Amino acid sequence: MTNALLTGLVLGGMYALIAMGLTLQYGVARIMNLAYGEFLIGSAFASYFLFTGWAVNPLVGLIVIVPISFVISFLLYKIFLTPLVRRARTRDALEVDSILATFGLMFIVQGILLTMFGGAYFSYSFLAIPVTIVGEVLAMNRLVAFALAVVLGTVLYLLLTRTRIGTSIRAVAVDPASAPLVAINVPQLSALAFAAGGALVASAGVLISMFLTFSATSGVVFTMKALIVVVMGGIGNLMGCLVAGVLLGLSEALVATYIDPGLTIAVNFALFLGVLLVRPAGIFGKVAR
Amino acid sequence: MGSATKQRRVGLAAGLAMMAGAVAFGSAAAQAQTSVKIGYAISRTGPAAGGAAVTSIPNYELWVKEVNAAGGIKLGDKRVPIEVVQYDDRSSAEEAAKSLERLINQDKVDFILPPWGTGLNLAVGPILNKAGYPHLASTAVTDRAPELAKRWPNSFWLLGTSADASKTLVEMLVKLRGEGKIGDTVAMVSIADGFGIDLSAAARPALAAAKFKLAYDKTYPVGTQDLGPIVNEVKALNPDTFIAFSYPPDTIAITEQARISGFNPKVYYTGVGTAFPLFKAKFGANAEGVMGIGGWSGDSPAIKDYLARHKASAANGAEPDRWASAVTFASLQMLQQAIERVGKLDRAAVIKDLQTGSFDTVIGKVKFENNMPTKYWWVGQWQGGEFYGVAPSGNDGARQPILPKPAWKAQ
Repeated sequence: MTNALLTGLVLGGMYALIAMGLTLQYGVARIMNLAYGEFLIGSAFASYFLFTGWAVNPLVGLIVIVPISFVISFLLYKIFLTPLVRRARTRDALEVDSILATFGLMFIVQGILLTMFGGAYFSYSFLAIPVTIVGEVLAMNRLVAFALAVVLGTVLYLLLTRTRIGTSIRAVAVDPASAPLVAINVPQLSALAFAAGGALVASAGVLISMFLTFSATSGVVFTMKALIVVVMGGIGNLMGCLVAGVLLGLSEALVATYIDPGLTIAVNFALFLGVLLVRPAGIFGKVAR
Repeated sequence: MGSATKQRRVGLAAGLAMMAGAVAFGSAAAQAQTSVKIGYAISRTGPAAGGAAVTSIPNYELWVKEVNAAGGIKLGDKRVPIEVVQYDDRSSAEEAAKSLERLINQDKVDFILPPWGTGLNLAVGPILNKAGYPHLASTAVTDRAPELAKRWPNSFWLLGTSADASKTLVEMLVKLRGEGKIGDTVAMVSIADGFGIDLSAAARPALAAAKFKLAYDKTYPVGTQDLGPIVNEVKALNPDTFIAFSYPPDTIAITEQARISGFNPKVYYTGVGTAFPLFKAKFGANAEGVMGIGGWSGDSPAIKDYLARHKASAANGAEPDRWASAVTFASLQMLQQAIERVGKLDRAAVIKDLQTGSFDTVIGKVKFENNMPTKYWWVGQWQGGEFYGVAPSGNDGARQPILPKPAWKAQ
């Protein structure tokens, strides 16, 4: 039982980590970024090559990769997505436009990754050592990823709830039409939120590359997972991300241990549907008026 | 426009201008051949891209490079270089079918190399059959192979059937048990997808017939991101033999988890990916003693030479996998030898030659019986940094399996 709970918790932390960036990009900047998983894989590759080429510890690699990703995402929003934001009459229209635009972006990023690295699988070993916690053996790298997910989540939560800029970001997420009335620079904050999402997805990519085998084409799996977690938790809600991620992880581990590993994905989706039936806007989401 | 007029026109054009490779109608008319057009649609993107990038593409490229370096394919008394036309099938059967139609009707290629994987090879089978192209399926494992070979006489199934794979594995286990090296308990996990379903379905009755005790038998869905619960549960059952019919990412994940959990059965067998160079690169000394599907005669000079050539040719000095790679390369050698024996680009005659001839390849002498080879490697084992074939034990170059598997080392 403890083993299933611990594994589920760690897996859930990973899901939350994957989804946190998307909840910022989708919830605040209203960009439904379909190329999200590709950015995750991109940073996984960066980490792989830093580690195998220059023996850079992936955790140190974070210091390099995360800021670069922040800048890339910021520029992407400013150059590529701002015209869409200007043109969109409503936020709903922006959502549709951004889906189309980032769908194209997905192929571009994937194409670049394929040209650079080919289609083969990549994997490396870092901190793949057993750790014993309350009598159960877990992998160090997964635990580290979980711990960092918790740290990132907490920091982000505090930033969003305790600082002025965080409050403004939440204001944009909740009511973008009224936010300018209280002197909030919506375009600027949206760009910032999008870039912060980019930084988060990069950290997720680096951490995941420590224990998952990936290839240039495996990004879509992560986009899907992130999307489920974000929608289930309530779009733009960080707490929702954590709760939904952990719920999915726990259900997956418990089902695999006690019922049948073949049913994990079915149970995940059943849970997802169940939550949406009861709370259509997600666990922490507020129904738009 | 009637096809007869079309044919006349093409014939005329070929006579007037020097039409390169205008053999689309398979006419025996002597034409000035300036190139042999070889086409293929392969998964550059999508879920099959990982397999294609390791097993198919580097071998196609190596073969074309080597043939062209030697001046080309020998047609009669002159050598004609290969010209490649290729598409991305995006790992989708519809896209593969469309690309092949295009290769056949628009690009009018002379020969077609197969896509990667069982599913896509099954999907393009009817098209290649209808158009009369030889189909050397070198990366497809299917129980329907004998039946398909009969239905499509142009198709050759070089990797055999999954029933054979499971049967050979169980035979090896029976032998090991007879030698007192393992006991009765077996734990088996499989991926809920083509490969895992077929192999576990064949293994179940074979294990039962051999009176093995199947202590654990579960499947997991494609894309499972944490196989920890499975490995931990299996570990608690303490089986002598562990079998995972897995795909490459799970093969890596299960092995990583087994090492971390300290799960070290006497026989540890994983599926696709065990034979990949990635496995050795990732696990290093910990690969020692791990068994998996595939294998090759690692001691044979032809294989050693092929390994060196592959490394020199592929991007980043990538090594071939130790299962279908060499078979894929062998299938290309067979195609070339068949074309050269026929001496012209006559596809029907080439198919006939493939069916009846015998061929010298990197995997040794191959002669098809009912469009399938007579020997396969089904179980391999990492021994001293090389993945040697260990079963069937009657194959040339088969090594003795090392048992029990040595303990995992800390990294």
